Amino acid sequence: MLLLTCPCCGVTAEETEFTPGGEAHLKRFGPGSSDAEFDAYMFQRKNPRDVHFERWRHAYGCGKWFLAARCTMTLEVFATYPAQTLEPPAEVIEKIRARRPDWEGVQ
Amino acid sequence: MKRYSAFAIAREAFRQHKGWQRAWASPEPRAAYDVVIVGAGGHGLATAYYLGKRFGITNVAVIEKGWLGGGNTGRNTTIIRSNYLQDPSAAIYEKSRALYETLSQELNYNIMFSPRGVMMLAQTEHEKRGYLRTERANALQGVETRFIQPSEVKRLVPIINIHGPRYPVLGALWQERAGTARHDAVAWGYARACSAMGMHVIEQCAVTGVESAGGQVTAVNTTKGTIGCKKLGIVVAGHSGALADMAGFRLPVESVALQALVSEPIKPCMDVVVMANTVHGYMSQSDKGEMVIGGGADGFNNYTQRGSWHHIEETVRALVETFPMISRLKMLRQWGGIVDMTGDRSPIISKTPLEGCFINCGWGTGGFKATPGSGWAMAELMAKGHSPLTDAFTLTRFREGRFIDESVAAGVAH
Repeated sequence: MLLLTCPCCGVTAEETEFTPGGEAHLKRFGPGSSDAEFDAYMFQRKNPRDVHFERWRHAYGCGKWFLAARCTMTLEVFATYPAQTLEPPAEVIEKIRARRPDWEGVQ
Repeated sequence: MKRYSAFAIAREAFRQHKGWQRAWASPEPRAAYDVVIVGAGGHGLATAYYLGKRFGITNVAVIEKGWLGGGNTGRNTTIIRSNYLQDPSAAIYEKSRALYETLSQELNYNIMFSPRGVMMLAQTEHEKRGYLRTERANALQGVETRFIQPSEVKRLVPIINIHGPRYPVLGALWQERAGTARHDAVAWGYARACSAMGMHVIEQCAVTGVESAGGQVTAVNTTKGTIGCKKLGIVVAGHSGALADMAGFRLPVESVALQALVSEPIKPCMDVVVMANTVHGYMSQSDKGEMVIGGGADGFNNYTQRGSWHHIEETVRALVETFPMISRLKMLRQWGGIVDMTGDRSPIISKTPLEGCFINCGWGTGGFKATPGSGWAMAELMAKGHSPLTDAFTLTRFREGRFIDESVAAGVAH
């Protein structure tokens, strides 16, 4: 059972209160982009066996979207942070580094 | 390889069972093979087997990071059926089901195929219409299914409650020739047959990298050294993303955990497989008497081979309503497998951007039933460059918009 803290309302709750929303920080490609770009945005996923940045929604709480850094091997949640960011903030990276010194970083 | 037979059992009974051979050899890897298959689960071993049997390619190694059949092959609910809506799916799953019927004889290994019948309950009006559509699609595809009324459901499954307050049984899609098989035996039987053809099945050998020259695959780096190959087949289910990363491409696949559980063994009470897709639960009784229960998959990326507790709760809660007699059963074991889900919930059996490298993945929650058909088609693809059964399941279909959409169509529990 995952425990997540919503950065919008500050509530810490079990995963049943949240809905997962897939990989975070995807760069959106729309009309005018190439087929390859759209394919990569729409379907291809990093799916790492390691640190994963992902979207969650506090569905049965404040209803807001937020982002989380989580390990897909151990289910450890390193940090949650607001959705209004284009890349993981420095303090989140720091928290991951503290727990995973050999982590390769955002790719 | 000595054949198994009633005579062999009698012969060994007279000499204290000292004459049995190991079912497959455990050789050290050679420097190079014509074909290397990564992943000695059911699909990987079936691919190797049909490469040898259909195309005479026997200079093959199947390498496996853990032990043979220790991944999803040993972690499923052993259901075999082919009642899919879309033509390409029905074709490959029906081929697979047909191969299962004679697999024990072909491999000289008892895989305990039990064509006991699979029914998919229609518990909402929407689901009923969906299954009536599937029934007609199956008739056109040559897959034998029929829609049965609640009274016949009750006759086939006396323990079912067809008047459930929330989810009454309005009928079911019934495939009489579907059923179950012993999942481990499928992997063991293929491994024995591969070994008998001179192929190498190498366990405890993890792949750490893929080497290429001029866009053509040349070797795989493993924990037992570098192994050269002319062709490479990646058949690793949940870990396909990691292997694809080594080979230099990305997949439209996300790995999530799917759980199943079994109860304490009880006397025979249900001799068919029942799937209830509205409530995300399915149940059958194993030959040992355990009720085998499967549920829905988690929604988030996960490699831990265990799932979330609340999914078990949801599955069991729903099944208890449909099968009131299981409410007092104690559950014995629970496990999770890592399934590779694609966007359209259909598999990928395809060439890849790396020449000579082929991938077979994305079976999601329903790979076991496809084992022989998947191997049959993958072997043809690797030997000849294309196969009628795999033509629709390309990696490029997402870019081209040619989805084989089973996620909403077939009513499969995802």
